[in-house]
Amino acid sequence: MSTQTNSIDIDRNIGNFFYNIAPTRDAGVGLTEKTIDYIVDAKREPEWLREFRKNAYRVFNSKPLPTHWAGNELKEIDFDVIRYYLASGETAKRTWEEVPEDIKRTFERLGIPESERKFLAGVEAQFDSEAVYSNIKKAVADQGVIFMGSTDALKERPELFRKWFGKVIPTADNKFSALNSAVFSGGSFIYVPPGVKVKHPLQAYFRINAENFGQFERTLIIADEGSEVMYMEGCTAPKFTTATLHSAVVELIALPGAKIQYITVQNWAPNVFNLVTKRGLAMEEAEIKWIDCNIGSRLTMKYPGVVLKGRKSRGEVISIALASDGQHQDTGAKMVHGADETTSNIVSKSISIGKGRATYRGLVHVPKHLKGCKNNTECDALLINSSSRTDTYPAITVRGTGNATQHEASVSQISAEQIFYMQQRGLSEGQAMSLAVNGFVNDLVRQFPMEYSVELKRLIDLEMEGSVG
Amino acid sequence: MSSIVIQDLHVSVAEKEIIRGLSLEFSKGEVHAVMGPNGSGKSTLAKVMAGHPDYQVTEGDILMDGESILEMEPDERSRKGLFMAFQYPMEIPGVSNANFLRAAMQARLPEGEELDAIEFYQRLHEKMDLLDIRREFTARSVNEGFSGGEKKRNEILQLAMLEPAFAVLDETDSGLDIDALKVVANGVNKIRGPEIGILLITHYQRLLNYIIPDFVHVMSEGRIVRSGGKELALELESKGYDWLKERKGEPVGAN
Repeated sequence: MSTQTNSIDIDRNIGNFFYNIAPTRDAGVGLTEKTIDYIVDAKREPEWLREFRKNAYRVFNSKPLPTHWAGNELKEIDFDVIRYYLASGETAKRTWEEVPEDIKRTFERLGIPESERKFLAGVEAQFDSEAVYSNIKKAVADQGVIFMGSTDALKERPELFRKWFGKVIPTADNKFSALNSAVFSGGSFIYVPPGVKVKHPLQAYFRINAENFGQFERTLIIADEGSEVMYMEGCTAPKFTTATLHSAVVELIALPGAKIQYITVQNWAPNVFNLVTKRGLAMEEAEIKWIDCNIGSRLTMKYPGVVLKGRKSRGEVISIALASDGQHQDTGAKMVHGADETTSNIVSKSISIGKGRATYRGLVHVPKHLKGCKNNTECDALLINSSSRTDTYPAITVRGTGNATQHEASVSQISAEQIFYMQQRGLSEGQAMSLAVNGFVNDLVRQFPMEYSVELKRLIDLEMEGSVG
Repeated sequence: MSSIVIQDLHVSVAEKEIIRGLSLEFSKGEVHAVMGPNGSGKSTLAKVMAGHPDYQVTEGDILMDGESILEMEPDERSRKGLFMAFQYPMEIPGVSNANFLRAAMQARLPEGEELDAIEFYQRLHEKMDLLDIRREFTARSVNEGFSGGEKKRNEILQLAMLEPAFAVLDETDSGLDIDALKVVANGVNKIRGPEIGILLITHYQRLLNYIIPDFVHVMSEGRIVRSGGKELALELESKGYDWLKERKGEPVGAN
C-alpha cells in the first residue's frame, strides 16, 4: 500500500480550488420561463426544444419533492438562489491550446490532459454548463465513432440526437429528470457504428467551478448493432459554503448485440446535491453495465437502471457508495425485465462512516408472462462507527414460474480485534481501517480500469483517515 | 544488552485483576518459555505487552531497551520492534497476504519513502521458501478460510518478514496437529538467533520438544512462580501443574 501522508495532503484537496472566471453568458439566479428562453437563445436551439424545455419546466413545478420516500435533506435545496446556466464560450475546442488559460489550468490540476495522452480514446471536459474541450483520437473517429458535447450534437447530428433523446428517460420520470429536461446543457453524445469496438475508454470530466450553481448535463450514448464502448465520467466541485446542485440525465441505448460499459467515479464536495437519473435500454442480446462509485456529496440519489427490452439481454449494476459524516448516499439499481431469458445482476457495497448514512434502494421487476429470466442481487453494508447508519430497501417482484431470483444482503462491522491485529503489525488505526475498507470493496474495485481503481483506493484512504478516534 | 524488562506488573480486565505482580526479563538472543495452566494469565501477558486496549495496567512497568512502552499505541510498539503471534489470528477479508505485509512494512519506513516492490517480493518469496509456504498464498486474503495450521504458519511468516527485536508467541501450538506443530516449530527455529528475543507462551510441554528454550518460567495465578532451565518444563510435564500449588509461598524468581 502506498499511502504516504505527503501525497495525501495534496490529494485531499484535489478538487477543492476554483478560479475567478467571469462567464460571458449567465442566465441569472432562479428558474422561470425566461431562464429557459435565455438558454435556448444563447445556445441557438431549435423551436421544438424550446417547447420541450418549457413543458419540462411545467412538469418540474407540478411534481412534489420526493421527501415522502427520500430524505428530508432535499428541502435544503433552494431552487431560487441557484444559477442554471453559466458559460464562457460557444463551442468546445479541439485542442487544449485553444481553451482559455484558467479553465485549461483547472483541468491540468485535475490531471485530465495527462490521462488523455496516456490511455483514453477521447475526452470531453465540461466546465459549468458547457463543454470547453472535446477531442477524439483520429483512429477512433475514422471508424465513424461520434463523440462530442450534447450542445454540438444537437447542431451537427440533429436527427440521430432527436431519435433517441428522452426515449429512455421521459421528462416526467421524476422531478429531477424534469428539471434536467428543462435546463439541460452539456453532457456527452456518443454514437458507435455497427460492429465497431472502441478499444480504449472515452472519458468525460464534469467540473463545477461557480458558486450557487446547478450543473445539468445530458448524456446520450447509442451503441449500434454489435458495437462495444466504454465510457467513464469523473466529477468534482470546489467546496463552497452554499449548496451546489448536480442533476444529470444519462440515457444509454444498446442496439442488438451491443455492449456499453458506463463507469462513474465521483468525488463531490460535501455541499453538492447529486440527483441523477441514469437508465439504459438493452435490445436483443445487448449488454449494459453500470459501474458506479459514489464518494462525497451532501446527498446523492442515484439508481442506475437497465430496461431489458430484447431477448437474452443482460443488465448489470456494480456500485460502491461511501457515506461520511453529514452525507447520505441513497443509491441502488433498477432492473426491468421486458423479454424472455433476460438476466440482471446487482452488486452493491456501501460503507458508512461516522454519522454517514448509506441507503440501498433496489427495484427488480420480472412480469408473469416471461420465461427464463434471472436476477441476482447482493448488497453488503459496512458500518464503521456505532453512529453510522445503513438501510436496505430491495423491491423484487418476480412473477411466473420460469424465472429465478437470488437475493443476499449483509451488514458487517470492522471489529476492534481486527484493528488491534493490524495495529500489532505496525499500521496506525487509520491505516488499519483504510485497509479493511479497501478489502471490503476489493472485488468490486477490480472491475474498474486500473487508473480508476488506483484513484478509488486513494479516495477511500482519504475518507478513512479522518474517521477514527 | 537489548532486553524487555517487566517489573511488578499488575493488570486488570474489566476491574478484575488477572496479573498480580509479575516480573520477567528477556534479552535478544534468548528464547524464554512461559508455561502455566488455563487461567494463569499467560495470554493476558501477551496482550498487555502488545497494548490491547481492553487490558489496564494498574501497577508496574514494561520496559523495552530501558524505555517504558505502556503509553505507546499498539502500532508504535510494533514499529519499535515488538511482535506478537496471535493465538487466534484475525481474518481480513479482501486484503491479500502480500498487500497486508506490504502495508506493515511500508508503515516502518520513514515518511516519503516508498517500499521497493521488487525487493519486497524477493524477500517474501525467500521467507516463504524458508517456511515451506506455496506461492499462491500471497494472493489469498489474510487468514480467510485458512486452517488452524495455515493461520499459525502465516503468523510465523509475518514474524520472519518484519524481523522484530522481540517476539511474543501466544499459544502458537494450540489447535495444531503434530505435523503442523513441527512445521511451525521448524519456522521459529530458523528465525531464532542473536538478533531476536523470543517469549513462547504455551500450555503444553510438547512445543518445547521442538523449540528448545533457554529459560522456562512457570506462571500461576498471575505471577511467575518458578523459573529455571529447559529441564523445568520436563519436570512440570511429569508432575503436572498441581505440583506448583504445593510449592506456593516459596521465593519467586525472575531468572
